[in-house]
Amino acid sequence: MRYAMAIDTKKCVGCSDCVVACQTENNVPIGYCRDWVVEVMDGTYPQLEMEIRSERCNHCDNSPCVRCCPTGASHYEPGGIVTVTHEDCIGCSACIESCPYDARYTHPDGYVDKCTFCLHRVEKGQQPACVSVCPTKCMYFGDLDNPNSDVSKIMKNRKWKVLAPEAGTNPQVYYLI
Amino acid sequence: MREELIISGRMNPKIDPILHAWGWEIPLYLFLGGLAAGILFFAALYTIRGKEDMYPAATKWAPFLVPVILIVGLGALFLDLHHKLYFWRLYTTIRFESPMSWGAWTLMIVTPISFIWCALNIKLLFPKWDWKYEWLKQLEQFFLKYKIALSWIMLASSSILGVYTGILFSAFNARPLWNTSILGPLFLASGLSAGAAVIIIMAKEHAERLLFSKIDLMIIGIELFLIIHMFMGFRASTAVQLEAAHLFLGGAYTAPFWVFVVIIGMIIPAILEFLEIKKYKIPVVIPASLVLFGSLMLRFLIAYGGQASRYLY
Repeated sequence: MRYAMAIDTKKCVGCSDCVVACQTENNVPIGYCRDWVVEVMDGTYPQLEMEIRSERCNHCDNSPCVRCCPTGASHYEPGGIVTVTHEDCIGCSACIESCPYDARYTHPDGYVDKCTFCLHRVEKGQQPACVSVCPTKCMYFGDLDNPNSDVSKIMKNRKWKVLAPEAGTNPQVYYLI
Repeated sequence: MREELIISGRMNPKIDPILHAWGWEIPLYLFLGGLAAGILFFAALYTIRGKEDMYPAATKWAPFLVPVILIVGLGALFLDLHHKLYFWRLYTTIRFESPMSWGAWTLMIVTPISFIWCALNIKLLFPKWDWKYEWLKQLEQFFLKYKIALSWIMLASSSILGVYTGILFSAFNARPLWNTSILGPLFLASGLSAGAAVIIIMAKEHAERLLFSKIDLMIIGIELFLIIHMFMGFRASTAVQLEAAHLFLGGAYTAPFWVFVVIIGMIIPAILEFLEIKKYKIPVVIPASLVLFGSLMLRFLIAYGGQASRYLY
């Protein structure tokens, strides 16, 4: 089992619904966010090209945050989801420094926090909050090892990229281009 | 032209707009850790070589400072932790892939050794010292008997501590400025240089001052070589590391780095130490303090500069 997310940059309109849904679902403290929307503008007018990406923790296969955690608080859950056990986290910030995507932050309560792919929902067979609210249905979530999952099917038919592949992290959030 | 913006307004504290998860605590801790490693290294080295009486500042007096230095350093590290009540989790596991984990364990070895070393020399500070209990006296005799073995352990563990202060940074490939294996030897050299500087300040005999001035001069030469090598490596590397190196070669950190670390912290003390070796009268406290200042600035600028360097996607 390998959970992954595919996000269609051609369908995303940058409405930030995913950001608000995550904050509500996960009780993210005010002033913080676990996901965010990036707009990239390329070229010179009138030859402009725009890409909109909803970004979050990439739940990398080779996670530098898991590698550098001194206590093992950052770890892989079954299916490759990277999470932080709050009671094991000493708040040393090493994982924050190690993440090329700056996807982590220190929760006001002291432990490090980040996107969990809504593990508590996924365990119940539901979609992550961001995926379930997307008004343009531009996000796909599921098991990459299962050829019939939404994410496997869409990735078979589309070109995709990942963020900063040169960082060697093998990220599991794919952007359809 | 390419413009990349976070349009959902991400402003996570200490992450945006420029990463600053590590403030003054970590660079101060790395400086003090390196300094302690430097002092213990020389104390162990000259004890093993049987020159304890010839170089008392290095083998006996300077190590008295180490427990204090380590406690202040560990205090800074503790202040940096955000989930402070759970700090003991560091010692419920060993994770070799995490430099912070084996660094914490190294400190667990080095700190008691530094206390033992002080205890063995305590009669220098308090001539009438009495251990009172028989078992403490027996313990002292035990460590005196095996002092050379203890020195070897101290030599190895202080070297590991010195290198660790650099590897802690270099293990993070997300921060291209840190992601160079030169940082381990560079911080070790900087720590040894700072240790030598403290010994120079504390030495009463001219012969000892002269020896450590020579050692310091040599280490400064090595440091300059490593710094040039580091930037040569960056300049020949990929876009992320070119951008990282630019912070120190024209960017925001250029003036502080080259002025405070290289000129004031290395070149000027090197010239003064050279003049001293050539028998000019130089108040040794000047080059030694400059070395300590440069060593501290090196940690701060690399810590802050590294957090300003990132992947460009």
